[in-house]
Amino acid sequence: MSVVAEPVGIRSTSNVGRRLRDWLPAVVVFVLAIALWQGLTTVFHVQTFLLPKPSDITRSFWDNKSPLWHAGLYTFKEAAGGFVIGSGLGILAALVLARFRNIGLALMPFAIAANAVPIIAFAPITNNWFGLLNPFSKMAIAAVLCFFPTMVNTLRGLTSVHPSSIELMRSYGGGETATFRHVRIPNSLPFMFVGLKISAVLSMIGAIVGEYFGGPTNALGVSILNDTQLFDFPRAWAGIVLASAFGLSLYALVALVEHYTTSWHPSARALTTE
Amino acid sequence: MNSSPPSSAVSIQGVSKTFRSGTTALADIDLDIQPGEFVSLIGPSGCGKSTLLRIVGDLIQPSAGSVQVNGKSAERARLDHDYGIVFQDAVLYDWRTVGRNVSLPLEMLGWSRDRRKARVQEMLELVELVGFESSRPWQLSGGMQQRVSIARALSFDPSLLLMDEPFGALDEMTRERLNLELLRIWEAAGSTVLFVTHSIPEAVFLSTRVVVMSARPGRIAEIVPVDLSHPRTVATREDARFFELVTAVREALAVGHGDGGARGTSAREVY
Repeated sequence: MSVVAEPVGIRSTSNVGRRLRDWLPAVVVFVLAIALWQGLTTVFHVQTFLLPKPSDITRSFWDNKSPLWHAGLYTFKEAAGGFVIGSGLGILAALVLARFRNIGLALMPFAIAANAVPIIAFAPITNNWFGLLNPFSKMAIAAVLCFFPTMVNTLRGLTSVHPSSIELMRSYGGGETATFRHVRIPNSLPFMFVGLKISAVLSMIGAIVGEYFGGPTNALGVSILNDTQLFDFPRAWAGIVLASAFGLSLYALVALVEHYTTSWHPSARALTTE
Repeated sequence: MNSSPPSSAVSIQGVSKTFRSGTTALADIDLDIQPGEFVSLIGPSGCGKSTLLRIVGDLIQPSAGSVQVNGKSAERARLDHDYGIVFQDAVLYDWRTVGRNVSLPLEMLGWSRDRRKARVQEMLELVELVGFESSRPWQLSGGMQQRVSIARALSFDPSLLLMDEPFGALDEMTRERLNLELLRIWEAAGSTVLFVTHSIPEAVFLSTRVVVMSARPGRIAEIVPVDLSHPRTVATREDARFFELVTAVREALAVGHGDGGARGTSAREVY
């Protein structure tokens, strides 16, 4: 038995070491930026309401860690709820539109037009619909924000398949169900995750901005708004940093799921060693 | 309905195809292929050879005429998994390993896991890719990918193999090696092959018959029987008879192209 070539895939000797080396430049930049921020605000005596020092923000966060953390968690739940509802409906809509092309042709122009609408402008409206204190009013705006990027990207993934892959399925006597299961849905995953990652960030923005228009005092958006009105800028900044951290963690969670479900994708070539 | 003698692997009767755009791709094609034959379709671009292959595979409907595969309608044959197909691109699914690409049709046929596993091993041995079952398709070279595609097409033991310019995108050396390999597989599997190609030497080297087609509309210009002995080897390409047949096909192509006198130029264009 002659094997013509060797299997590709060189296992790296030190995976962890390489990861650290890959991340090192970013860590250095982060530390330098914070140091520069701290140094410049100190040297030039920048007023706190313009830009507080990182050390003040950190201290304020530490002093208020319990209320801020609870507010952050509350808002994160709204964002995550909106993300799940909006993205879920987006994926469902994409499946329906890909399966029934005529509906897709009829609805797509409207979907694209709706995508161009500044959806965040509806935040006061959803507050009215569901009630200012009802978390669902923020989930709703986050959900609407998540719907379109997920739907549009997933739909693109479901429809941009090699024509021969469809012919191949047909040659096996497979119908629409088999084509979706074996070709369209797996093909759409990398596209879907592009939409989900955009949505993860948008959902946090939606929840926070929704809260700027009013919400319970234990919500992060309300807390940030109140702090600025009380001139407690380090605390407002601490809230913003926390909001970013929650947004990033949702993004990271999606990226992690993506890594494990689409490790086969050629774009993951650099990350996988086998 | 005209019924063909049951001995034919493929029976094409009066097939025409006009596309919605109004282009007539095929006009009145008659062709009978016996079991175990290796038939190549060759002709200029736009002669409808790929269309004809797809009509045999029931992937495109003819505008007129009928096709029978193993004495059944083309649709019945497709649903019965009577044929395997190989395209110009390997069309492997990136989300499946090489092994699971080969086993895809078996999964769709409902084979058990153990039976699938055994067959995948057997097929990878046949195309000399043992050890690659857990590789990803994009980790393989173009020629290796096309061998996986052939393994997949043969995995469920179809009596007919449809090949649409399978080696067209490969370099000359890989192509010649795969030609030899394909002949070995064909002789081992005993299947019937319908093979679309642009290359005259490839058609002559592989086939028992070369069907030369002309363009616009696509018709059969001539059928050249290839009487080279089997098994064919590297030496076959040096055979005087091989060159005679290559010339015969080239001349038939030139005639089909509508300028039999100036055969050199037009044939080269096709080649």
